[in-house]
Amino acid sequence: MTTASTAEAAPAGAGTRTRVEKLARLTQRNGALVILLGLILVSSFAFPSFASVGNLSQIALQAAFLAPLALGLTFVIFTGGIDLSVGSVFALGGVLAAWASQYGFLTAVLVPLIVCTLIGLVQGAIVAFTSIPSFIVTLAGLLFARGLLLALTEEGSETYKVPADAAFLELSRGSFLGLGFPVWIVIVLFAVGVLVLHRTSYGSTLLAIGGQPDAARLMGLPVLRSTLIVFAVSGTMAGSAGALTASYTASGVTTLGVGLELTAIAAVVLGGTLLTGGAGTVVGSLVGVVLLQVVANLINRMGLTNSNWQAVVNGAVLLVVAVAQVLLSRVQAKERARRRGGEADAPEPG
Amino acid sequence: MLALAARGLNKSFSGVHVLHDVDFSLRPGTIHTIVGENGAGKSTLIKSLTGVYQAETGSIELAGAEVRFNHPSQAQDAGVSTVYQEVNLVPLLSVARNIFLGREPRNRLGLIDLRALNRRAAEVVRDLGIDVDVTAELGVLGLGVQQMIALARAVTTEARVVIMDEPTSSLERREVEVLFSVARRLRDQGVGIVFISHRLDELWELCDEVTILRDGRVVHTGPMHELDRRSLISAMLGRDIAEHGVTSFTESDSSETAAEVVLEAKDLSAPGRLHSVDVTVREGEIVGLAGLLGSGRSEIVKAIYGGLETSSGQITVEGRTVRRGSVPAALRAGIALLSEDRKAEGIVPELSVRDNIILGILPRVSNAGVLSNRRIDELVEQWIRRLGIKVSSSTQLLSELSGGNQQKMLIARWLCTEPSAFLLDEPTRGIDVGAKQEVQALIDELAEKGMAVVLISSETEELVAGSDTILVLRDGEISEVLTDDQVDNARLLSALVDGGQR
Repeated sequence: MTTASTAEAAPAGAGTRTRVEKLARLTQRNGALVILLGLILVSSFAFPSFASVGNLSQIALQAAFLAPLALGLTFVIFTGGIDLSVGSVFALGGVLAAWASQYGFLTAVLVPLIVCTLIGLVQGAIVAFTSIPSFIVTLAGLLFARGLLLALTEEGSETYKVPADAAFLELSRGSFLGLGFPVWIVIVLFAVGVLVLHRTSYGSTLLAIGGQPDAARLMGLPVLRSTLIVFAVSGTMAGSAGALTASYTASGVTTLGVGLELTAIAAVVLGGTLLTGGAGTVVGSLVGVVLLQVVANLINRMGLTNSNWQAVVNGAVLLVVAVAQVLLSRVQAKERARRRGGEADAPEPG
Repeated sequence: MLALAARGLNKSFSGVHVLHDVDFSLRPGTIHTIVGENGAGKSTLIKSLTGVYQAETGSIELAGAEVRFNHPSQAQDAGVSTVYQEVNLVPLLSVARNIFLGREPRNRLGLIDLRALNRRAAEVVRDLGIDVDVTAELGVLGLGVQQMIALARAVTTEARVVIMDEPTSSLERREVEVLFSVARRLRDQGVGIVFISHRLDELWELCDEVTILRDGRVVHTGPMHELDRRSLISAMLGRDIAEHGVTSFTESDSSETAAEVVLEAKDLSAPGRLHSVDVTVREGEIVGLAGLLGSGRSEIVKAIYGGLETSSGQITVEGRTVRRGSVPAALRAGIALLSEDRKAEGIVPELSVRDNIILGILPRVSNAGVLSNRRIDELVEQWIRRLGIKVSSSTQLLSELSGGNQQKMLIARWLCTEPSAFLLDEPTRGIDVGAKQEVQALIDELAEKGMAVVLISSETEELVAGSDTILVLRDGEISEVLTDDQVDNARLLSALVDGGQR
């Protein structure tokens, strides 16, 4: 692979990023990681038990239940879309898994995955073929999945229990090399996610759809098919997170997942993925998820027993990150314009 | 055999005939330019060739076989690639990824073979003489390089026809040269290239053949070198006066130099677009801005209106200085701008005529924030009557009106603000002949009543008939000023051709 200095060699000569631009860009892309590492470092000094193997693996485990959701959502957001249904679908997946667990391990895993994938697929089809904004379609999906769940559980009063001897329980309770199975599952899922993003044309297509929808169409990329798949996979991911949770709690808790879509969106945005689509990282979303769990863990340690404080802090963190992202984008745009000498488009008269 | 041939294309939009029996032939291994002023049908022709639009009648042949493109991707699959003015690639992906997006080389696992991808991309760019690291992110590179990467992508799709739609409009001279050398290399490989640019000088530098469009018709086609600058521009602009020469501007328009200066812009500069431009408009005077596409006509009025960032200059209205770069400040000072693009920057199609007219003066027709229907109705009825806007009622949706009536509505909206200086950018473009004359008569009337008017038009005789003074622009500078009896068609044409020639 050529590593020769690109920019200087470029014929237009306008390819060199300025130092400010590079720094802004680096911060924008890895801001969450910097905050996470800083927080872990500080916390380790402040709370000696924080850095214990037990606590860290506990954080990892808790993060593992949100992470698949965030992964599926990340790909949706790459395309410039949004999936608001993931919280409801997550809860539905959990209930279905708990119910199906009485028929054996495979059923307990497959039923939620298939149903949730189908819900995602239908939503994707509607988004792709009618071009109704995904916000609306998945808002309907949110209501639909939650309603279906309540209908299946007698208004939520029926809580399906996972049989105590079910192999399904091992899915969340077993561990390997000191890390719980859910953590391993998440690691595998994210590894696949990274490969899909960077090493398949599907990944580039998603970024193209989000970054330059017209370009994607004019380049003849399979826009409809990719949109459809991305929502289906988001459904699968939400369902699998639900199934994992059902395995962990040994029951299908019907009240779970309310507002979880917002937490997942927060994690994705924290990770540096732009809500406008076209840019972001898979690993960043994982960092975002872990960051939220670390914050939760710290709040507990500080003795703020009122769990609402966590929402307050999460909100504040998200806002800071969002504002920082916009500012950093502006810095980059400005530097770029300066570099290219007044080439940037002036605003149109309003 | 021709690379691409169109025969007898016709296309109209909502009753306006945009293409009349257009024939176009592109030979392989040539660079062919299509020229024409705004509204000549250039972009409609391109879009009909690339599947964005479908012509109503006529046929398109690609390498001898008749084709029909219902979608741009079909044209692309058939070997017609388009490089647009705005780069249509993905800025966050690497150069190599962009070149092969959707057609990446895979390894045995079905994953993208990055090594092969980068190697092949490097070969492609090297063959085209582009010096760039293919692993670099596209967005980091200059626009010129990005355009070349778009070309490189076109090459790898094995395009037989490449259409370059104003690829140079935002490039620097240096970048243009490299782009040209790439285009020539493609031509020498037997690709047929359609090249469009409003920078006329570039055409002789690059193109082998030229087709000139005017009013949706082909008025000339032939080798580029047989035309000189003067005959090209005359063919582009020149009109049959007997047929189109009627405008509704009265001739009693000699400017009284004694009149007060209303609008004055001094030393107005915007990086890369305007260079130290001076504009003075007196009470009752119509100042015309002439220039070819891209000469900076629209930029001047946008700069005065505060919608274009300027680096220097002073703007005064009736002696008071107006803060630069602020639309509200310009509005308060009494400057109004009728934008060239009424669809994007003017009308709200799903609101009624009434609501559209009062958009600019909402505070003035409300009491403590509540809109006064009585005052609105009075005002709206008055303007509909005065401008002769043809509507079934004032609550009719704007989208149901013809272009001419939409334009009159926009003028009414601005007149409600009682401007002292009115900037009109192509006020009669795309409207039918009757409405055109009414709009012209209206502009005349406004000036007679003492308004200072700046008029931009691509039609030379409209400018000549309407203006008291004409500023001729070239490359963002005023190259010539025509006053009083110098304002005639011949003078203007020669000013457009020769003015500021370097």
